[in-house]
Amino acid sequence: MRGALALLALLALAAALAPWIAPQNPYDLAQLQLIDSRLPPLAHTSADAIRWLGTDDQGRDMLSAILYGLRTSLVVGLASTVLAFAIGATAGLAAAWFGGWIDALAMRLADLQLSFPSILIALVFLAILGQGLDKIIAAIVLEQWATYARAARAAALVERSKEYVEAAVALAVPDSRILFRHLLPNCLPPLLVLAAVQMAAAITLEATLSFLGLGLPITEPSLGLLVANGFNYLLSGAYWISFFPGVALLLAVVAVNLAADRLRDALDPRARR
Amino acid sequence: MIAFGLRRLAQSMAVIVVMSLLVFAGVHAIGNPVDILINPQADQNEIARATTALGLDLPLAEQYWRFLKGTATGDLGNSFVYNVPAIGLILERMPATLELATAAMLIALVFGIPLGLWAGVAPRSAAGRAISAGSILGFSLPTFWVGLLLILVFSVWLGWLPTAGRGPTTDLLGIPVSFLSADGLRHLLLPAANLALFNLSLVARLARSGAREALQQDYVRFARSKGLAEGRVVGVHVLRNVLVPVVAVTGVQFGSVIAFAVVTETIFAWPGMGKLLIDSINVLDRPVIVGYLCVVVALFVAINLAVDLLSAWLDPRVRVRAGM
Repeated sequence: MRGALALLALLALAAALAPWIAPQNPYDLAQLQLIDSRLPPLAHTSADAIRWLGTDDQGRDMLSAILYGLRTSLVVGLASTVLAFAIGATAGLAAAWFGGWIDALAMRLADLQLSFPSILIALVFLAILGQGLDKIIAAIVLEQWATYARAARAAALVERSKEYVEAAVALAVPDSRILFRHLLPNCLPPLLVLAAVQMAAAITLEATLSFLGLGLPITEPSLGLLVANGFNYLLSGAYWISFFPGVALLLAVVAVNLAADRLRDALDPRARR
Repeated sequence: MIAFGLRRLAQSMAVIVVMSLLVFAGVHAIGNPVDILINPQADQNEIARATTALGLDLPLAEQYWRFLKGTATGDLGNSFVYNVPAIGLILERMPATLELATAAMLIALVFGIPLGLWAGVAPRSAAGRAISAGSILGFSLPTFWVGLLLILVFSVWLGWLPTAGRGPTTDLLGIPVSFLSADGLRHLLLPAANLALFNLSLVARLARSGAREALQQDYVRFARSKGLAEGRVVGVHVLRNVLVPVVAVTGVQFGSVIAFAVVTETIFAWPGMGKLLIDSINVLDRPVIVGYLCVVVALFVAINLAVDLLSAWLDPRVRVRAGM
């Protein structure tokens, strides 16, 4: 279990330091040599540099491309999780606190969203707006906010009848302060676990959409795009162009999922042995 | 029960209307399809003629009204690319998608339930641990990458199975299907396995936790003390308890399998609705995109309605909770 956190830290560090530790800048066309295209793993380039994970059809070092792609994956995962958390938790807390039409509106919207599979909502959104990092984050937020809203509402409904909330109301504390300073901290544990699980889902979704050609434009680094590009060369046996970006994606998703498990155990006293 | 059914039906209709409005308004923001579909060298007159022919010069409200009227009569306009009715194109591709989704769901159930039971009955054995770990991996594996690996191993390296397409189809009650011929089955196997992976893991986990819970119940202890064989205790008494959540989830997941078929169909060039959608998005073939969404939304609403009505019928408490 500790291995999962170490793996996550290692991946995050590698992604953050990609421009400094990658053997080349894979998106600087001036650094690519066509003569080095489709080299298998561990081969040497014409300039005698080793390519641990091989090169793609443009002579791009796969290891470098993967490090840059990992960066995108983690940025998308983090940004969409933070935004979806903020929007969903606010909607859920407000729904539980104010009730009435705010509750009805927020929950009907959440119902509508949750009755359709994640990929369909993102597909529709991107089909409408086109490609781009900001659009893919928006699509994932649109797809994920409702889960947080439901969880936050359920937790807040339990908390709102407790005495510390009553005390805050008696002291005429403003609503917004009760919501974010009193209710939110007490609703946080289940939401944090949810956020970790949702982040893994967000990373997979970005890669899937980019693979389908709807996520990021081809000029941006993305693990999904790398896999899609490698698909064209799979039948001729150049497996490494698709294989290694997928392994990196899998490692990132597994690390986040295991970290979520660990967080769940840490926050739930009953699970402690 | 009738009141509950009518209320759910009204809700479903409202969802369809809201979705059609959102989809139509949204698709309009894509840009002007005229720019993409008409030869850029065409002169002003030709462009104007094509715009009028496609009805793109009318006000948005007017276009939506035409679209609603068309939808009600099953006419969603002609595909910009193929110049045949969009709804026909989609319905033509639907059997392929439904066949793939059904095959995937069957694989998930046929393998997921026994594996989950095994892991639930013997959680500490090597097999039990392997199944639990495997199901976590199944959740984390990106579907599209697994599809590529399947092609790499079974088609490129081993050469056992075809890489793409649907193979020969046989007509069953007028609907073309693949599973009736050996070659069709060979084409179906990899995409169905790919699409099944996520739900196989889900079903195995549900069955596992259901079995672990059931094994601690008094009725299982009673069945054992009656001297029933272990196979019968697990295969009949525990299995029944496990099936309740599995059936509920199967219903809900079927819609999501149809949606995720978009990915699998793209990889395996399976000629279903999902591949048609991706192809249409790439060329901005608007009537087909809108048509796909209408068909899929209607399909989901129908599936959700059926699951809700079924559970209300099976479990009267659901009706009470819904205020009926």
